[in-house]
Amino acid sequence: MAGKIITVTSGKGGVGKTTTTANLSLAMALLGKRVICIDADIGLRNLDVMLGLENRIVYDIVNVIEGRCALQKALVRDKRFSELLLLPAAQTRDKGDITEDDMNRIAHQAAELADYVFIDSPAGIEHGFRYATKPADLVLIVTYPEVTAVRDADRVIGLLEASDHTPAKLIINRIKPELVRRNEMLDADAIVDLLAIDLIGIVPEDSMILAAANRGQPAVLDPHSAAGQVFLEIARRLNGEDVPFSPLKEPSILQRLFGSLK
Amino acid sequence: MDQRALTLKGTPEGLVLHPLIGSWEEVLSALERSLNEAGSFFQGGRVILELQGQSLGEEDLQLLRALLEQHELELWAVLGGDEAVQHLARMYGIRTRLPASTPQPSTKPLGNALLSAKTLRSGQSLYFPEHITLVGDINPGAEVTAGGNIVVWGRVQGVVHAGAMGDTTAVICALDLNPSQLRIATLIARAPEEKKRRPIKPEMAMIRDGVIVAEPWTPRG
Repeated sequence: MAGKIITVTSGKGGVGKTTTTANLSLAMALLGKRVICIDADIGLRNLDVMLGLENRIVYDIVNVIEGRCALQKALVRDKRFSELLLLPAAQTRDKGDITEDDMNRIAHQAAELADYVFIDSPAGIEHGFRYATKPADLVLIVTYPEVTAVRDADRVIGLLEASDHTPAKLIINRIKPELVRRNEMLDADAIVDLLAIDLIGIVPEDSMILAAANRGQPAVLDPHSAAGQVFLEIARRLNGEDVPFSPLKEPSILQRLFGSLK
Repeated sequence: MDQRALTLKGTPEGLVLHPLIGSWEEVLSALERSLNEAGSFFQGGRVILELQGQSLGEEDLQLLRALLEQHELELWAVLGGDEAVQHLARMYGIRTRLPASTPQPSTKPLGNALLSAKTLRSGQSLYFPEHITLVGDINPGAEVTAGGNIVVWGRVQGVVHAGAMGDTTAVICALDLNPSQLRIATLIARAPEEKKRRPIKPEMAMIRDGVIVAEPWTPRG
């Protein structure tokens, strides 16, 4: 049976698509699933860096599409989980080099080899967004508790509804509970009310995310990372488990002090 | 008057004047005719007077110098001749021995090279079927591919591929060789996982015993 194809997109850039893709891919691998993640951001590839696999890349998705090598040959095996494979984007090419049909074909071919295929979409709502969401069985929309990001998420949901009716679920990223309490940040309920789609995770702001990305060791691998643990919960929900939403904890004064010292 | 009072021969060192007959007067007038015929051809050149045991007086030498100066030539060296002539020449600051010619290293051309003065940023690539010389950096995410050698006056952090058509003798040199991946012919070497800060040092990478090795450049001597 073919695996499920999940595209991570957001409309707005910088809200955490690649972080989400990297963490969910690793979380699924942690749960024992066979995972292939595809970096669809041709020309601005990042997923390989975040996974710490940059220096293992030999072939990329454009090479596969152009028939220079087989899909299996271009897949980069993760150094931690042998069941996690990355299909890197081409860095020296651009999004015009692949079509919706190309991505559809490659993603479904990958789905034959894995339980889950994660596609990291480029920002925006143009060609890159369209080919990244085309093959998806499920679209995860990442947003950030800021009016502009929510507006863009709304736009993306509208586009998806207008084209393929692909089911979509929402991830709210980088919530800061103390700001929400002081009414300085949109709270999750307000965002879900506006967007009217299923919420699958609320990821707290976590300084470990940045350090983890810079080290190529996503936070999900760190049991002390609050955000990492939420990504693990999201993966379990995607897997069909009924995982209750854990309440967001405000960091204590000590934790805040400790965090700022790190 | 004998036309063959002297020979004049152009050499890389200068114009060699070879007087053939004894009378200096005849030599000078023959020389003057030759120089007039040549027009401005020899202008600005230097002359090597090559004697074969003939002796010259101070006046003879001055006459020659004056004649040469008229034609904008310099009496640069006096070779041969007896002790007195040699001594005289040295007095006038004329050399009596040619500088030992330095043997030219044989420079066999290795083919053509592309010279580029530009830093390659992420996503940019450079390809040339022969050698590449780059003045600038290769940032992470940039790619340089050459059929031959790659020489970088700068920092290499991206992907470099030398000998891309299969030349296993190709080398990659850089002032700071710290690539995410290095390829020579069909071999691939990747950066160590632990990114340590290391001192910047010029290195050359090549294939040795079937593996890619990088050797630091060290000043000789």
